[in-house]
Amino acid sequence: MAVDKQHLLQFLLRQGDNTLVLGHRVSEWCGHSPILEEDIALANTALDLIGQTQMWLGYAAEVQGEGKSSDDLAFLRDAWDFRNVLLAELPNGDFGRTLLRQFLFDAFQSVLMGRLMKSSDETVAAIAAKASKEVTYHVERSADTVVGLGDGTEESHRRMQEALEYLWPYVGELFESDETDAAMAAAGIAPDPASLREEYDALIGKVLAEATLDIPAATYAHKGGRTGYMHTEHLGHLLTSMQWLQRAYPGCEW
Amino acid sequence: MSNPSVEQIWDWLEAIPDPEIPVISLTDLGIIRNVEWQGDTVVVAVTPTYSGCPATSMINMDIETKLRDEGLEKIELKQQLSPAWTTEWMTDKARKALEEYGIAPPQAAGGPKRCPRCGGDHLEKLSQFGSTPCKAQWRCQDCLEPFEYFKCI
Repeated sequence: MAVDKQHLLQFLLRQGDNTLVLGHRVSEWCGHSPILEEDIALANTALDLIGQTQMWLGYAAEVQGEGKSSDDLAFLRDAWDFRNVLLAELPNGDFGRTLLRQFLFDAFQSVLMGRLMKSSDETVAAIAAKASKEVTYHVERSADTVVGLGDGTEESHRRMQEALEYLWPYVGELFESDETDAAMAAAGIAPDPASLREEYDALIGKVLAEATLDIPAATYAHKGGRTGYMHTEHLGHLLTSMQWLQRAYPGCEW
Repeated sequence: MSNPSVEQIWDWLEAIPDPEIPVISLTDLGIIRNVEWQGDTVVVAVTPTYSGCPATSMINMDIETKLRDEGLEKIELKQQLSPAWTTEWMTDKARKALEEYGIAPPQAAGGPKRCPRCGGDHLEKLSQFGSTPCKAQWRCQDCLEPFEYFKCI
């Protein structure tokens, strides 16, 4: 079934912007982590995310058909054109909050990539198969760290619980659906995000219980990132840093 | 001048070391997926180890340089994503070379079999990641030396 190009483009931008914005956030830890091993681990995670971005945005640029590159999409768009979920753009906070956000995101990606590997779109399936190996590795590490810190000292437990309360209202947006998602599902390209919730809740429920953390009861969800309706103020700040070179020296190439 | 054979080109590619682990070659690593002539252009399909591996562009440059040095003029490098690279494609020769170099080769069990320095098997994981995307850090509790393990994916 032929799919509307604009919907496919939206879907690809959502994938690529999630990994791009979170990849940049995680890279902010480079040189600042509590210990060397964690510094290297975070930098490697960021690198994988940026690598996945090149695949997603590369394909997005191809579908768009305006002769742009993945770099053009990453560096020459402004905040209102980004389609990442709000969770990805939130400031890092402390190490515990960064790893908890990573876990909440990795868990989602691990469920989603598993489905996208069976996409009717060959390129989407190939990207997902590649990303899936990296995501599996990421979720293993972020889950371990969440358990270690949650079920750790009194202070680490307290900080992780606070982090969960701060991040939890941003989880709901991952499962939002709109007409783009309906078009993707109808074409067999991607599942309706809402259909992933049960599997996701089971996965994170198990890990958070082991981490002795309580999932907040409130169900309110902040949204507006993946539709581009309204990002948090944090995205603009992130972009001024990430896009600085292209803003100062337009068209500059390595 | 007639085109060199595909076998000849594979031999040339076998001589290119991995830029970050120079004891193994690009063909040993299993990332060169296909070599073929399309008219007067040689097309080499390369698959990335990790999607963000910074060595990828270096690898492409090394391939192009090598083939130009051997006299080829029309070279096309194609990125092939599917099927995704797996450490199963690494040759036995490469596994042996890695271990001699001090990097424990990938194991299906998910961790190193023995310390590449002393052969000890009392091992502990220090970090799931290492100095490159493809490695993790481990330590041998027999000789107390840290070492790198090539992740199995």
